[in-house]
Amino acid sequence: MTSTTTGRPTEPGDSEESGSPEAVAVVPAERAGDPFDRDDLPTPRGATRALLVSLLRPLRGRVVVAALFLLIQQAAVQAGPLLVAYAIDSGVPAFRDEDYGPLIAVALGYALCSAGAGAMQYAFIKASARVNQDVLLDLRGRIFRHAQALSVDFHERYTSGRLISRSTTDVESLRELLSEGLQELIGVVLSFVSISLMLLWLDFGTGAVAVLSFVPLYLLVRLYQRRAAVIFASRSTAIAAVIVKFAETMNGIRPVQAFRREPVNDEVFRKLNHEHRRTNGDAMLENARYVVGSRLVANTAVAGIVLWGAYRVASGSLALGVLAAMVLYLRRLYDPIDRLSMFLNSYQSAAASLEKIAGLLAQTPTVPEALEPRELPASVDEHPGREVVFDGVSFSYRTGGEVLPRFDLTVPAGQTVAVVGSTGAGKSTLAKLLARFYDPTEGRVLLDGTDLRDLATPELRRGVVMVTQEAFLFSGTVAENIAIGSPDATRAEIEQAAKAIGAHDFIAGLPDGYDTDVRKRGGRISAGQRQLVAFARALLANPAVLILDEATSSLDIPGERAVQRAMDTVLHGRTAVVIAHRLSTVEIADRVLVMEHGRIVEDGAPAGLIGGTGRFAGLHRAWRESLA
Amino acid sequence: MPEEHVEPKDRSAVQSLLRLWPYVKPVRTRLFGAALIAIVASCLGLVIPLVLKWIVDGPVAHQDPGGVWLGALFLLLLGITEAVLFGVRRWMVARPLAGVEASMRADLYRHLQRLPVAFHDRWSSGQLLSRGTTDLMLLRMFLVFPLTFLLVNTTTILVGFVILLIQEWTLGLVLLVPVVPLVIICSVFETKYSVVARRAQDQVGDLTTVVEESVLGIRIIKGFGRHRSQALAFRALSERLRTTELGKARLLAGIWALITTIPELAIGAALVLGTIQVADGGLSAGTLVAFLSTALALRWPVESIGFLLAMSQESATATERFFEVMDVAEEEDTSVSGGAARDEQPEAGGMVFEGVGFRYPDAEEDSVPVLKRIDLRIRPGETMALVGATGSGKTTLTALVPRLHDATSGRITLDGEDITAMPRERLRELVSVAFEEPTLFSASVGENVLMGAGGGGEEELRRALSVAQAEFVHDLPHGIDTQVGEQGLSLSGGQRQRLALARAVVGRPRFLVLDDPLSALDVHTETLVEAALRRVLEETTAIVVAHRPSTVMLADRVALLTEGRISAVGTHQELLRSNAEYAWLMSGAGVTGGGEPAAASPPGPTADDLPGAHAPAEESSTR
Repeated sequence: MTSTTTGRPTEPGDSEESGSPEAVAVVPAERAGDPFDRDDLPTPRGATRALLVSLLRPLRGRVVVAALFLLIQQAAVQAGPLLVAYAIDSGVPAFRDEDYGPLIAVALGYALCSAGAGAMQYAFIKASARVNQDVLLDLRGRIFRHAQALSVDFHERYTSGRLISRSTTDVESLRELLSEGLQELIGVVLSFVSISLMLLWLDFGTGAVAVLSFVPLYLLVRLYQRRAAVIFASRSTAIAAVIVKFAETMNGIRPVQAFRREPVNDEVFRKLNHEHRRTNGDAMLENARYVVGSRLVANTAVAGIVLWGAYRVASGSLALGVLAAMVLYLRRLYDPIDRLSMFLNSYQSAAASLEKIAGLLAQTPTVPEALEPRELPASVDEHPGREVVFDGVSFSYRTGGEVLPRFDLTVPAGQTVAVVGSTGAGKSTLAKLLARFYDPTEGRVLLDGTDLRDLATPELRRGVVMVTQEAFLFSGTVAENIAIGSPDATRAEIEQAAKAIGAHDFIAGLPDGYDTDVRKRGGRISAGQRQLVAFARALLANPAVLILDEATSSLDIPGERAVQRAMDTVLHGRTAVVIAHRLSTVEIADRVLVMEHGRIVEDGAPAGLIGGTGRFAGLHRAWRESLA
Repeated sequence: MPEEHVEPKDRSAVQSLLRLWPYVKPVRTRLFGAALIAIVASCLGLVIPLVLKWIVDGPVAHQDPGGVWLGALFLLLLGITEAVLFGVRRWMVARPLAGVEASMRADLYRHLQRLPVAFHDRWSSGQLLSRGTTDLMLLRMFLVFPLTFLLVNTTTILVGFVILLIQEWTLGLVLLVPVVPLVIICSVFETKYSVVARRAQDQVGDLTTVVEESVLGIRIIKGFGRHRSQALAFRALSERLRTTELGKARLLAGIWALITTIPELAIGAALVLGTIQVADGGLSAGTLVAFLSTALALRWPVESIGFLLAMSQESATATERFFEVMDVAEEEDTSVSGGAARDEQPEAGGMVFEGVGFRYPDAEEDSVPVLKRIDLRIRPGETMALVGATGSGKTTLTALVPRLHDATSGRITLDGEDITAMPRERLRELVSVAFEEPTLFSASVGENVLMGAGGGGEEELRRALSVAQAEFVHDLPHGIDTQVGEQGLSLSGGQRQRLALARAVVGRPRFLVLDDPLSALDVHTETLVEAALRRVLEETTAIVVAHRPSTVMLADRVALLTEGRISAVGTHQELLRSNAEYAWLMSGAGVTGGGEPAAASPPGPTADDLPGAHAPAEESSTR
């Protein structure tokens, strides 16, 4: 039969079952270049099954209990025809002899079996629902946590739509398998076994023929499985593509409407939708083929067995009651075939989804959490800032292409460094290395002498916080959004942070003040206001090192001033790395780095550089003119 | 975090499901044909026990081997027919029903694209997505199995009972006894289950929203090391869903147990009574075997009613959820009064705002509107900069021009024509926008830019790219054919902004709306873009939201937006001299009076100088 619950993973070993990201590193990350485009991440051999096993293993006690309930239920149900045979063969003659015992036994037995079957049915559904829901809870949590643990560079390549598809439709197909399929499977297997035994016991010859008919059925199942696997895999890819397009459109509805993209989108969507429709149809047709085949085998077997049985009753070698019972059992034997196809359907669909999920879970974070985290040394003499050292650091994308050639840089504690340079000069990469969104290809980034890679996440985020240009707001209230900086903050602290950055007034002016729901990703809050909220977040986090990556681009001049003032007061003494196109920010910097093609080409105090003849002097002149 | 869900209307499951008719109608012949075939196939299944009876009572009793052969052959024939019919049924509906799902999804997508932006502000895309995927899959499943089998099984049960009653009406009546309690139980169940099913589906939508946000906001979550608290929030939601699902299972377990037990008890009673009748000689053994065989054959149809009803209920809820969105009216074009809307003064060209007010549709009635009364005239060919404090409504004002939102009072005219009087399609052809947030779609660079023009050519593309100083695209791996957007190369903010700008100018639109178009550019690029943009702006009527002097310099005049009104209009130099608020916004320089650093207080203190502006009463809110 199809192997689900019983099969232990035979290949790459037990470590896979732990489900931890490090343990699943079977596929070298380097090979994962192209598959992103095809939504076809490599799934290590056996990982799918290992995933299923690791999901079910903690619940095996409950699975056994549920199976027991079902076993008893099946036993109670299967007793029916036996009682019929007994009633006809023993009850009738006994009744004629005015012996009511057997008939009363039949009545009681039947009542007991019916009630027992009902009760067990109830118990089983409840027990299996708990198993199912626990598995889903576990799996949803795993996908979510793993996606969160994966590095920023992964998210830059794996579209959000696909991740959503993994944790919704793919989980959904497993839900279908568990809630309907598993019951079918256990039921089917149990009734196959029990009915076969019953038939063999009633009459060995007939039973043997029935058992023999399983061979072609098994072959049919195998064939269906193989063919359906291909179809379901492509269906899963097709629906993911639909989701990606759907989500992209809804998230960009403003430009979609303003640029009259609706008809073009309709057309693109029609194609994707059509592909999904085609694979869907294929899947149902394949299923139809299986059903016809299996029905044919079953019905032929019934006809054959009846022919033989009737022949033997006619010739007197078989009791009539036994034939009656056997015919009833035979009907039941093949009854679950349809249900088996439903199970196979959900199994194939779930297998395809699980494979994709396993592929996602097999991705190793390129920026793993520290295994043996170290503490940052206590701050020296009350200075909130910390020293930052880039020690022989270089950075290249995994696909090749050097972004930052090897360099060294030391930023003393408390210094504010402005990084300027044209687009693509590597400023953001520098910032991402410091924020540990990326790890350097070579060398180390040190915070007060400690490698960032050795810091546990909470410790790292107390140390370094980055505010970026895209000021994303989560659904929830404004206060909750600010509190992301420090979840334990009191309302007073939140308001204080907002006031310090000059965001208090606009927040207080919102319908419910700090408790205003920002709705869908801050649709009602302007870009500038969102950046202020993002800043309030960073202030609240109160880090030792603050990175601002184009974080003031949408602010007006008073807003920018407020930020600068906050850096002068609230953040005084912090180490700061500021990337800005607006050179106004540079005015508060102690030091300026000019970057070009990944290299730091100028480094010095702003006044000195402005006075010189270098690039920065030129930039600064242009900027002064733009203010005029 | 949960969405506010519209209370499900008081519609029965059947009424909800009937709304699917327009989608089912095109495939009705096949669907009902298939159902008919399924009914025939099922009834064939019921004939099989009769054949068995005939074999037992006839050839077997009479020891007639030839008869046995005949019976078995007949049985085989029935079996093959049944199998083929099952196959035909599935084959008939496979493609059409996949088509129904697809066409519903296409309609949903089509409709959503045309719903007002205000709708999308209210609905998270996760909720919309769960309607477009899980709900629709459920509906397809419903059409493939539950719908057909409700029909088939009901018919099978009816025919089965007729056969039972004909065979032995006394025993048949015994089996009919449980029907009444079962019907009552099912209807009670249906009511309870619908509530839980709806709750579960909505919670799935909420979960989708969290997943989506946590992916889109990944940099913030990582930047603040919040993935654990995010995971906790996710866990709380998924545990809530689990509780709901377990409640669903409890209901299902109850109904299923009752549906199995009650008929089984009746069969038991029939067995006992039948045995007595056989013993009395009132009934043949063959009839009893056939009777029980038929009764047992009906077991599955009866049992299945429970989960078929549950699935139907869930499908009804899914239908509700689908139509909840489909019922929201698309924006109508009110171009009927086309000619009459022309302005009486022919010289009033350009972009004119007349007493325009705006309040978000979901804002409370008595709340202060975002825009109170905007009166502004931008002459043909003129470029007007729009300056105002953060959150003063600049972006909102620009959204009114392409009618992403509709003004709640007053009107906007383009070259004298009221924008509400022209079809949106044409309006958006006339007006081109560069948004504050430069969104690129999953398409090539060229496609992304050219979507701003109705069929612009290579030449146009090159010009637009050069205006936006976006020549960097030629250095991309595949030049202008490089895929960008969510599924392509990720570009920097400045690069995206330049492409968005190119997109806005590519079609040489009559009217241009630019929302802070240069914010992410470095000084050097900004200077180049400005120079090129100036030439474009000469030919168009434009409104440019500006935060900085350099952007303002693109404009001929500047309008200052304060408290939902235009408080001053003039050239940059004029306003810089005469208007304290403007000077404060443009230079951050201190305003006269008060030892307080000017930038720390809201623009309040300066408002007194403004002609006609109401002094805001927010002085108390110092830090």
